[in-house]
Amino acid sequence: MSEVAAHHGPPQTFLRKYVFSVDHKIIGLQYYGLALVAVFIGMFLSWLMRFHLVWPNAAIPGLQLLSKVGAPGGIMTPEYYLSLLTMHGTLMVFFVLTNAPFAAFGNYFLPIQIGAEDMAFPRFNMMSFWITLLAFFVLMAAFFVPDGPPISGWTAYAPLSAVGKDAGPGLDMGQNLWGISIAIFCIASLLGSLNFIATTLDLRAKGMSLMRMPLSTWAWFITACISLLAFAVLLPACLLLILDRVAGTSFFIPGGLVISDRLQPHSGGSPLLWQHLFWFFGHPEVYIAILPAMGIVSHVLINSMRKPLLSYKVVIGAMISIGFLSYMVWGHHMFLSGMNPFSALVFSFPTLVITIPATVLTLIWLGSIYGSRLQITTASLFALGFISMFVSGGVSGFFLAQPSTDIYLHATYFVVGHFHLVMGVASIFGVFAATYFWFPKMTGHMMNETFGKVHFWLTFVGAYCIFMPFHYLGLAGNVRRYSSFVDDYLQPLLPVHKFITIAAFITGGAQIVFLCNLAYSRFKGPQAPANPWNCTSLEWTVPSPPPWNNFGGEHPVVYHDPYQYGVEGANEDFILQTSTENVKGAVRT
Amino acid sequence: MATTVHEPPTIPSPTRRPSDHFDGSGGGPLPDNLRAVAGRPPEPVRTGIWVAFATIAMMFAALTSALVVRQGTGNDWQYILLPRILFFNTAVLIASSCTLEVARRRVAAYMRVQSVSRGPASWWLGITLFLGVIFVAGQWMAWMQLRAAGLFLPTNPNSSFFYVLTALHAIHVAGGMCGLLRVIYLLRRPVPSLQKSTMDATSYYWHFMGLLWVYLLVLMMTKL
Repeated sequence: MSEVAAHHGPPQTFLRKYVFSVDHKIIGLQYYGLALVAVFIGMFLSWLMRFHLVWPNAAIPGLQLLSKVGAPGGIMTPEYYLSLLTMHGTLMVFFVLTNAPFAAFGNYFLPIQIGAEDMAFPRFNMMSFWITLLAFFVLMAAFFVPDGPPISGWTAYAPLSAVGKDAGPGLDMGQNLWGISIAIFCIASLLGSLNFIATTLDLRAKGMSLMRMPLSTWAWFITACISLLAFAVLLPACLLLILDRVAGTSFFIPGGLVISDRLQPHSGGSPLLWQHLFWFFGHPEVYIAILPAMGIVSHVLINSMRKPLLSYKVVIGAMISIGFLSYMVWGHHMFLSGMNPFSALVFSFPTLVITIPATVLTLIWLGSIYGSRLQITTASLFALGFISMFVSGGVSGFFLAQPSTDIYLHATYFVVGHFHLVMGVASIFGVFAATYFWFPKMTGHMMNETFGKVHFWLTFVGAYCIFMPFHYLGLAGNVRRYSSFVDDYLQPLLPVHKFITIAAFITGGAQIVFLCNLAYSRFKGPQAPANPWNCTSLEWTVPSPPPWNNFGGEHPVVYHDPYQYGVEGANEDFILQTSTENVKGAVRT
Repeated sequence: MATTVHEPPTIPSPTRRPSDHFDGSGGGPLPDNLRAVAGRPPEPVRTGIWVAFATIAMMFAALTSALVVRQGTGNDWQYILLPRILFFNTAVLIASSCTLEVARRRVAAYMRVQSVSRGPASWWLGITLFLGVIFVAGQWMAWMQLRAAGLFLPTNPNSSFFYVLTALHAIHVAGGMCGLLRVIYLLRRPVPSLQKSTMDATSYYWHFMGLLWVYLLVLMMTKL
């Protein structure tokens, strides 16, 4: 018996059961809850931004309550637009896209999928959630300091983020809080990744070799490996930024800067150094956001198709290649930073190479679907939607990967459309697919499929309505991070912005369908059997929801590869991994 | 890859060596859940500690890289004289690694034959901890000496990196000291519950701190 899980017996008190829980399932749900709160705050911020872009002189009732300085009389100042933009990006990238697909679902299902009773270090696991929550509160505190949140974007480029309050509102306490919050988040993330890696390597059940793990588990494992090294770079970067701000050092601030008629007391630093450090983290971070969704989508699609993918090993190889290559491409965010243009070529090449494993994955998904009898459920719809969003967002990356075209497209809405589709929406679709797929297991109730499909179609069409026009705007020269469009050449684009804003409101509003479905089904949804989707992996062998020790004290033994669907001679069209059915079937992996 | 079903590998009931832990029973058959590669239960702390090394190493690699880049930008790189006490601190840290190895052997001896007194094991662990405290105190004195020479955190990039690197290392050493305290506590309980894996992981971490310090010292001597 795993002695680590034996460290904690069944929780007795309410606090131990639901609050300070060392049970990976509760911790996973806590991360999910945090991501849910963060995504709606982030979405609300984006609504404020979209409203302001289209009606810049209109007052937003109540906004002055959030910030008297930033929105006097409810009319957003340009600086406050940047503050909202910064917080939107920070919340979404860190607290939603890193939390939901990886920390939430990974924590919940990785141990069960490998046959373990809990994570390797349950107390570290609990700590990592509470530290993440602390980071969230520190970040949200930036809204309530007098100067407001920082205006430097989620990328916090120096010297704007490093010089202090001379450079604008939000750059005093707000930026400090941002730096501290992200540093705390890094520590939490590192603890979490450590747990994932140790658990996957050491706590697999008997018979569960690495090549028998479900693809979702592989994706979480690879993501943890990437995350371990990426956040280890962001942490010292944030530390150096904080020191520049409060201790007078000059890591990132060059000399001779005169801001607001004041000569800044720094010299010798390099703003480019911040960009290198940040993007060395930042690019693996976007793969941290997308890889778990790839694993989840693979898992859901296979189950819906009732047949395995064209090649399990190639999918794993592609995910590992993506993870490895993600460390070599960071400079493609810096083509216009002033770095040596020849180094731009050095980064452009692996950026194009990384499209190869991504394309291989896409072709495997699509090729596997061809000829299959794909069952259409909400989960499988979102999985298909993921592929659509990933491809749509990914192809625009080809243009950004070339320094020559990036000179024109950098910092335009083309980039914004690209990353929102390929990372934001695709990843969220992966989270939705995971939610609809695993909700029965987590709660013991089924979600409503009709409302799920309504939710899917509204979100799918809505997301395209919002983000596709961004590419057009970018090609037309619309610069990003502008709070209003007063230039002549931008005036003709205002109708497009209006369309996007209305689409954003409708699509955001459509999420009410999801929330209501979630809440209602949790309590009143039909009872879920242990394996409603007839899936092969280990989590479907335990009750819904699983007991505190996952397998009820039993020790599962794995006899089969993870995706035995449609095997000739089998009793049913799927074989559970723990089934003792002895089938010498066709080679199907 | 065929779906041929193998019978699960027949693994002889693995027994724990009595020297790996204290369970009062002196070992015995384990439940058969385990991927008993070597007949041992999984000890994730062994994997975990190496994962921790990877992440700590990456953090200091990022700082090294920042140092190199910062040296290249701006022409305000002013070489500083490193306080001599750093070399004494280095000797103390290396000595602590030696005492820790002695402690490990004493602990192993105690685990093997429990009639041996655990006093020596505790002693040597305590000495290691004490040397760790001396190291951190010595680092503090190095900072004081630098301040006395007029080199503060923001004075020039060299001093900035000196303080950042040494402070971060000292924080990690403090973490190692917490680990040592925990090992001593587990050993000295009425029924000792120290696992060999815990002892090993803690000592690997401590040695890693020593190696890391030597690297940082060489980096600072050559670059700062």
